Amino acid sequence: MSAEAVAALAAVPHTPGAPKPDPILVADHVTRRFGGMTAVDVQHIEVQRGTITALIGPNGAGKTTLFNLLTGFDQPNSGSWTFEGRSLAGVSAARVSKAGMVRTFQLTKALSRMTVMENMRLGAKDQPGESLARALVPPLWRARETEITAKAEELLARFKLYEKRDDFAGSLSGGQRKLLEMARALMSDPTMVMLDEPMAGVNPALTQSLLGHIQSLRDEGTTVLFVEHDMHMVRHISDWVAVMAEGRLVAEGPPGTVMADPAVVDAYLGAHHDTDLGDDALLDESVARQLEREAAAEEQAHEEDQR
Amino acid sequence: MDFERILVTVAGELFAPTTAAYALAAIGLNIHFGLTGLLNFGQAGFMLLGAYGFAISTIAGWPIWAALLVAVACSTVFALILGIPTLKLRGDYLAIVTIAAAEIVRIVGRSTALTNVTGASSGLRGDSYKQTFHALSPFGEGSTTIGPFTYSNSFSNSWWLRVVAWVVVALACLLVWRLMRSPWGRVLKGIREDEDAVRSLGKNVYAYKMQALILGGVIGSLAGILYVLPRAVQPDSMGRPMTFWVWTILLLGGAATVFGPVLGAMLFWSVLMLIRVVGRAVIPSSVMSTAQIEQFGWIIVGVTLMLLVIFRPQGILGDKKELAINVR
Ligand SMILES: Nc1ncnc2c1ncn2[C@@H]1O[C@H](COP(=O)(O)OP(=O)(O)OP(=O)(O)O)[C@@H](O)[C@H]1O
Ligand SMILES: [Mg+2]
Repeated sequence: MSAEAVAALAAVPHTPGAPKPDPILVADHVTRRFGGMTAVDVQHIEVQRGTITALIGPNGAGKTTLFNLLTGFDQPNSGSWTFEGRSLAGVSAARVSKAGMVRTFQLTKALSRMTVMENMRLGAKDQPGESLARALVPPLWRARETEITAKAEELLARFKLYEKRDDFAGSLSGGQRKLLEMARALMSDPTMVMLDEPMAGVNPALTQSLLGHIQSLRDEGTTVLFVEHDMHMVRHISDWVAVMAEGRLVAEGPPGTVMADPAVVDAYLGAHHDTDLGDDALLDESVARQLEREAAAEEQAHEEDQR
Repeated sequence: MDFERILVTVAGELFAPTTAAYALAAIGLNIHFGLTGLLNFGQAGFMLLGAYGFAISTIAGWPIWAALLVAVACSTVFALILGIPTLKLRGDYLAIVTIAAAEIVRIVGRSTALTNVTGASSGLRGDSYKQTFHALSPFGEGSTTIGPFTYSNSFSNSWWLRVVAWVVVALACLLVWRLMRSPWGRVLKGIREDEDAVRSLGKNVYAYKMQALILGGVIGSLAGILYVLPRAVQPDSMGRPMTFWVWTILLLGGAATVFGPVLGAMLFWSVLMLIRVVGRAVIPSSVMSTAQIEQFGWIIVGVTLMLLVIFRPQGILGDKKELAINVR
């Protein structure tokens, strides 16, 4: 299913707001202003079902704000959007999540004074014991709790947090919290996950394995939309890239070519200038050389653009 | 100094109805604050409403179960009125609104316009609403002495009231224990830690906070009934200081623990009594009058609360490790 979905992207024009053959998320005229500043002004965007779409853009481009709007955590000044054909504008964050669109946060929200396992269990849905009356009668929810726990253990193992399951989430390192948040979001088997910088602070070895995990999510039919500054990662796993700058969607295309788009170069002047130099990926020499080549190519593209 | 008398007086406080009432009020507050992180600074308002609801409907001739329902209904409505506008906002708003609302309940209760209903500032005499509770007692008339303690069997500050009050406290502890270990309690805990995270996981945070506010408030109103059964309903004795003591008890015993509120209430009232009786026995009246010793006791309470928050913020039963986690 996802292979076809990905293949179908080949026919999509490389223009911002391009229509997709099978969009799961369609947003129109979404604007959000903070005082006089327009943080988001997206005229049209579609996300193809069953693919991994990266949303990139310089700092302050409005990526997180767009996530907040789409997931009900912030209210837009105008705009409408549908998820699987259902309008979600004005719908509360909890309902958006229940509808199958689950997000993570750029600034992690681990529930500090709860254990890692409790964090995970909270991510599950359809737990009858979450209603006050049924909570009083354990036989009504014990069986489901066992299922949830098994699923949580499996995910924790995959995210290398199994050893930490009985520790308080507040005692985890920054990267581990990112992992926990992502694993927790997956507890409900979402139709679409929106990850806000999921790999920030995660070491390269683990990043590799998680990238694999994200790809297998897609292969199982989950749609992934993620924000990321690490271009290496974007190139490596995304099927499609959307670029935002100053609130607007400025370019779209496959990862291999979108960075050469003059609009992107313009907006994103030197994609790697804001790459964190402490990033472990840079320690890898071949990656570093690749970055250099890219930077040079972009510089050239930029010069050509100016002529 | 008569050690035996001091010991008996202090020990009597451990299981006094007032201690049970405060323990129950703190259990309600624990559902608000310990489990959900709601800052309710108007628990005395819930207690006073419960007391009024029970006493006024009993005086009107209603049976005891109906009077209890009235108390529960009053506190539910009160929780809804407080919660609907504030639970969508940040926690501090609820704190401000609850302080003010509890004061409004007290001030309305004591206003002369309502003299025929609430008895205004002089309140409602105990004799006018105790009979239905008294009538349920299986212990009969007279009084009984068990060990050094002598109380009436059924009337007012009685053995009957002690039994009922502590059974209610035990049931409330059981309820909290069950809920804390349930998925429902887990959602509340999540809300206490980070509302937005819980929202992102598809839980209706507002509804959960409302449920917690109502549940804790209803328990508070039952505590109010226990509190007035051995005395009278006096609005001015159920004001801000009462809320403050309930908080002290909760923090002393340990928020988010099952038995913290009970231990806190027992310690609070027995130590306060100890200070008073020892003070009266050892401090000559030329240095401090009885009234001043009473005041001195409250000063100690305030200092204790300060020391507690500084040196043992998790309370006696709280988990140090849990509190050591730096939140956010
Ligand atoms: N609550 C707010 N109040 C005022 N301005 C805001 C608010 N939230 C975001 N902004 C502004 O909106 C713009 C977009 O912010 P946003 O967080 O969406 O950027 P971003 O693309 O996620 O950036 P980054 O890559 O650094 O995370 C920024 O200029 C920011 O200052
Ligand atoms: Mg951001």
